[in-house]
Amino acid sequence: MLQARLRYVFRRLAQAIPILLAIIIINFLLLKLAPGDAVDVLAGEAGSATPEYMAELRTKFGLDQPLPVQLAQYIGRVAVGDLGYSFRHEMPVAELILNRLGPTLILMVTTITLAVGVGILLGLLAATGLNSWRDTMISVLALVSYATPLFWVGLMLIVVFSINLGWFPTSGMETIAAFKTGWDRVWDIAHHLVLPAVTLSLFYLALYTRLMRASMLEQAGMDYVTTARAKGVSETRITYAHVLRNALLPVVTMAGVQVSSLIGGSVIVETVFGWPGLGQLAFESLFARDLNLLLGIFLLSAALVLLVNLFVDLLYTMLDPRIDLA
Amino acid sequence: MTDAPLTLGETPSALDRARAFWRLFLRNRSAVAGLVFLGLVILLAAVAPLIYPESPFRLAGRPMTPPFGPDYFLGTDTLGRDIMAGIAHGARTSLLIGVIATLVAVVFGTVMGALAGYYGGWIDDLLMRVTEVFQTIPSFIFAILLVAILTPSIQNVIIAIAVVSWPALARLVRGEVLSMKNREFVQANVIMGMSDARIILVQILPNCLSPIIVAGSLLVATAILIESALSFLGLGDPNVMSWGFQVGAGRTVLRRAWWICTFPGIAIMLTVLAINLVGEGLNDALNPRLRERTG
Repeated sequence: MLQARLRYVFRRLAQAIPILLAIIIINFLLLKLAPGDAVDVLAGEAGSATPEYMAELRTKFGLDQPLPVQLAQYIGRVAVGDLGYSFRHEMPVAELILNRLGPTLILMVTTITLAVGVGILLGLLAATGLNSWRDTMISVLALVSYATPLFWVGLMLIVVFSINLGWFPTSGMETIAAFKTGWDRVWDIAHHLVLPAVTLSLFYLALYTRLMRASMLEQAGMDYVTTARAKGVSETRITYAHVLRNALLPVVTMAGVQVSSLIGGSVIVETVFGWPGLGQLAFESLFARDLNLLLGIFLLSAALVLLVNLFVDLLYTMLDPRIDLA
Repeated sequence: MTDAPLTLGETPSALDRARAFWRLFLRNRSAVAGLVFLGLVILLAAVAPLIYPESPFRLAGRPMTPPFGPDYFLGTDTLGRDIMAGIAHGARTSLLIGVIATLVAVVFGTVMGALAGYYGGWIDDLLMRVTEVFQTIPSFIFAILLVAILTPSIQNVIIAIAVVSWPALARLVRGEVLSMKNREFVQANVIMGMSDARIILVQILPNCLSPIIVAGSLLVATAILIESALSFLGLGDPNVMSWGFQVGAGRTVLRRAWWICTFPGIAIMLTVLAINLVGEGLNDALNPRLRERTG
């Protein structure tokens, strides 16, 4: 069994490699599509550069080589974790991104936990009280949050909870210059985290609620439910021990699929709340015209999506033993 | 379907079918409400140049005039631009970009999906791998990158939104075509020697129209949300007023002038909500079997 699972992991990894390669190639093409190259940027930074010097630099960076050779060199560099150099920050892109990965992961993990947890709960409530006021309320709530732009939700929450009520800070991840340590620091970060995490999770919350409701209703019509009822199992036990467990499966799948869009959402939320993660870095690089950095973030987030999808597939095989590993 | 009695052997005319569809649609009250609101937004977009003939970027009055005053119904922004004029002109931008980007995505996605589903084999493998790559890429960051590289303009925003929107449609159409291509009526045409292009266009696609229309209508809503987010980040066409831009412009004065961000945001929310409701209504009316199962 363990061996089969390992083989499955390796096969899924092997399938992910062509996709990753395709993404790297897209990245390279985008880089080429952009007006100006790294040497133009360097020359621009230096203020003045002679054409001879620029030609020399191009030779040094391999920019005078034919396109396929450049692509091969680019793939080689990416393979060893070299994502280029950010001239704005005067730092390697990979290092910059790693520094900012932590805050984004905190935000994303909190958001997923919140959205999946509360979504399952609300979906369950809606499905058990079908067509009651509870169901209608939850459906309306899901519809509205599905239609609301993230950035606007964030701003409105700031108006209500930060400006008017003063409950939460408006931006940042920590109180600046407070130099808190230990649990004080954790508490401080959690306090800053509330509004961004709630904003980002609202949209997904709606999604999981609707999915959970539909999934519960679908499972409730299955034969095994009739069987359980015929055996005399109580309705409560049917709902919680039989239907609920099976209804969770599609929600888990969806949580994996949504990671890709969650990363996009975090760009917006981090910009609105000044959360110092990858999304804000992407926003900054956009305005500094720091294309190397933006492409690095793009590549890393695509790799992250691949990784999470793999993880979800594995989780799925554990939740549902019927799934064939072959 | 007892409310549309048909005698055997008589095929319903297009008019009859349209009537039956309309009756089903009208049964869904929230969809009708969505349609009415959407109609109002379209009307607003149509008459915007008449009621606000001057540029929405024009400095109309004192900066940050509060809303519900005598001159400016929704107040003015940081530079004194009339917010209501901006919303009226922004409606044009949102609808235009939403509809055109969706059309481009639907056409492209349908072509890809139909080719993959009809021919199968290596064509299917190749096209579905490509689709998978595009579905793996975080779409919003991809859209940001595309607009940043191509420079912000209406045309490039439309391209970026279409590029990130087509994969879902390609998958949908592929599935539909797969389920159609072995049906007797399609096989009959193959035997008759009809060309592949004609079979796909004339025989298969018209039968997959319902799910494509429903998915397309929901895609318009998503496109409007992506457009507003792009222009909020400052990646919209700088010469065109849009709702996302308005919200972005009011961000810095949130503490003193809440209305600048609030009203354009409500406009986005209600429009997207209306489109989603209409989309669900279309779904119910076009796939009556589905509705009976879930309802």
